[in-house]
Amino acid sequence: MFQEIQAIPSTRTRIQISTPPLSVSVTTRDNLTELGAAFFFSSVIMLVSKVSRAGILMLRGLSRGKLTPITRAGYIQRPYSQYLQLLFERQTETKVFQGSIFLKHHNFSTTTTANASEEGSEKEETISVTFVDKDGEEQHIKVPIGMSMLEAAHENDIELEGACEGSLACSTCHVIVMDMEYYNKLEDPADEENDMLDLAFGLTETSRLGCQVIAKPELDGIRLAIPAATRNFAVDGSCNY
Amino acid sequence: MAIFQARTWLCRSFSTLSSHPLHVCVVGSGPAGFYTAEKMLKAHQEAEVDIIDRLPTPFGLVRSGVAPDHPETKIVINQFSRVARHDRCSFFGNVTLGSSVSLLELRELYHVVVLAYGAESDRELGIPGEDLVGIHSAREFVWWYNGHPDCKNLDPDLKNTDTAVILGQGNVALDIARILLRPATELATTDIASHALAALEESSIRKVYLVGRRGPVQAACTAKELREVLGIKDLCIHLQEADLLKTPKDEEEIKNNRIQRRVYELLSKAATTGPSHPRSGQRELHFVFFRKPDRFLESDEKRGHVSGVHFEKTVLKDVGDGKRIAVGTGKFEDLECGMVLKSIGYKSVPVDGLPFDHQKGVVPNIRGRVLHDTSGDPTLLEEGLYVCGWLKRGPTGIIATNLYCAEETVVSISEDLNLLASKASLPKPGREGLLHLLDNRNVKFVQFSAWEKIDSTETMLGSLKNKPRDKLTTWEELLKVARE
Repeated sequence: MFQEIQAIPSTRTRIQISTPPLSVSVTTRDNLTELGAAFFFSSVIMLVSKVSRAGILMLRGLSRGKLTPITRAGYIQRPYSQYLQLLFERQTETKVFQGSIFLKHHNFSTTTTANASEEGSEKEETISVTFVDKDGEEQHIKVPIGMSMLEAAHENDIELEGACEGSLACSTCHVIVMDMEYYNKLEDPADEENDMLDLAFGLTETSRLGCQVIAKPELDGIRLAIPAATRNFAVDGSCNY
Repeated sequence: MAIFQARTWLCRSFSTLSSHPLHVCVVGSGPAGFYTAEKMLKAHQEAEVDIIDRLPTPFGLVRSGVAPDHPETKIVINQFSRVARHDRCSFFGNVTLGSSVSLLELRELYHVVVLAYGAESDRELGIPGEDLVGIHSAREFVWWYNGHPDCKNLDPDLKNTDTAVILGQGNVALDIARILLRPATELATTDIASHALAALEESSIRKVYLVGRRGPVQAACTAKELREVLGIKDLCIHLQEADLLKTPKDEEEIKNNRIQRRVYELLSKAATTGPSHPRSGQRELHFVFFRKPDRFLESDEKRGHVSGVHFEKTVLKDVGDGKRIAVGTGKFEDLECGMVLKSIGYKSVPVDGLPFDHQKGVVPNIRGRVLHDTSGDPTLLEEGLYVCGWLKRGPTGIIATNLYCAEETVVSISEDLNLLASKASLPKPGREGLLHLLDNRNVKFVQFSAWEKIDSTETMLGSLKNKPRDKLTTWEELLKVARE
């Protein structure tokens, strides 16, 4: 039996449980017979008892997804760095997470929350982002609204460095927005971000720091390139210490 | 781009051909060392990487160079710690290249040796009076306030004068200016060394001069640091408007360089906001341009101590290739001060058995592969020997620069290993051999878990004083806690 937990962080955490053949959202009560209700509760119990480490990892990490990147205080970063520690050591969990994203597409959802279709509710909560690495390989991921591109990359095993873990003290999460149209939809970088972009390798007109690009609906379909290191990094003048 | 695709292919080839572990030794545990170790572990699934460092504490300049009021810059330590805890990686602190183990011995023990030990010496001015008391190199001063055990007893005199002159206008110079001018109460909650905090609390220094040979367009600092120092509360900034005049050549330089443009804009804004009349006791920061130190002046009352700097005024001269250097004009000016900090650059230190370019202060190399000599002949390579970081490129760049530097060196290593795999490569003793050797020599190395004891002791001591950590600053204390 497929069981899956899908946690979608936005301003609150909403749990949507899909267990074929019955699909139930916590907020709906339409057409539940007593039998259906019993089935629902027993599958919830099974689900809870079978929750994988991946599930906990995901929920913990994603529910902390909304970091405030502008702050200078190192404190907010600690939960994120603990998350990174887990991510580095337990790669299998990430694969299970990716597996469950795949499983999701096999379920039919009959929720009667705001949108009629599962696709519709997805668009509201996640956007599609494509990362293009320095070898030209593309990776398509779904990013929850409110999550930074840096976090999204790390959750999906995409090789984007983040030395200062999102505290605007480095330029290693530098990404290039591949389409000007999307670049213009982003808010202008603050002085602090520009100061860090000054030092980024392979800086372009549409460069941004991945930790400062936050997923919002208008960015659905955005393509981000991870820059290749320039050969002449020792000579290009951007080397100050 | 092709080279990165080639690299992935090459690495897979090596791992299927080899039947024994690849033993790698990285000398130096700063950013260059750790990024190299991380990339080697990733690129070679059969690699065992040992990182050695002469200090009991890892992380190089991230621990001993980054200013105490820049804690976010130190967050990268988390990433480096994950590398050190990797099951194919081991850290050996308190192991010195040259005395605990020689370069030749390392090359016999390991298939690959990467030297990433940075630059622990200083560029000299070579002018009269340079050895007067009260003149320090920036490196020593920074090590002092960051609790490096080699500079615990530097004991700079901050009470004999109200003026300090810093030669140089890079980010290290700005760091020092900030530490000297920030109210000590603000520093009390950072990881600054306790002995430095005590000295700064009693400091009488109120005026700091940041002196550069060239103009504001050529200033070597970057926007973030400049913005920070210009924003310090109750600090009066002094800048001559005349110095801000730009020549057409200056305009050209600015147009093509984003960093310099933004730095220049910050400096001009600071000049126009101009100094109000300083209240008594208010601290001052002066940016002085177009001055080259000619000699240091000795005090009459205190023989052997510095009392000022004799500067020659300069102009910029074209030397071809779009380059301009500062040349003296024959006009001179003195600046009185009781302390001088030379922030003009670091220099690497050679070791026995290592080819070294004394003119450039680096190990001769091509993309990280160490060359036999400085002739530049690319066919004369020192097999199995590589460099990364400042030892390879010279002492410039930020932490992230080493990311790309390590990438390049690891690609070179991978290419060479693939060539080696076609002839049968011999197994080497690696970590086991190093452990035997260190044991025979009674070297008390410090493992990563022992560093973690130092780390938690410092953190615990810091919590008693409302600091993120209170560093242990002597060799004895560090080794004692490591051995508990």
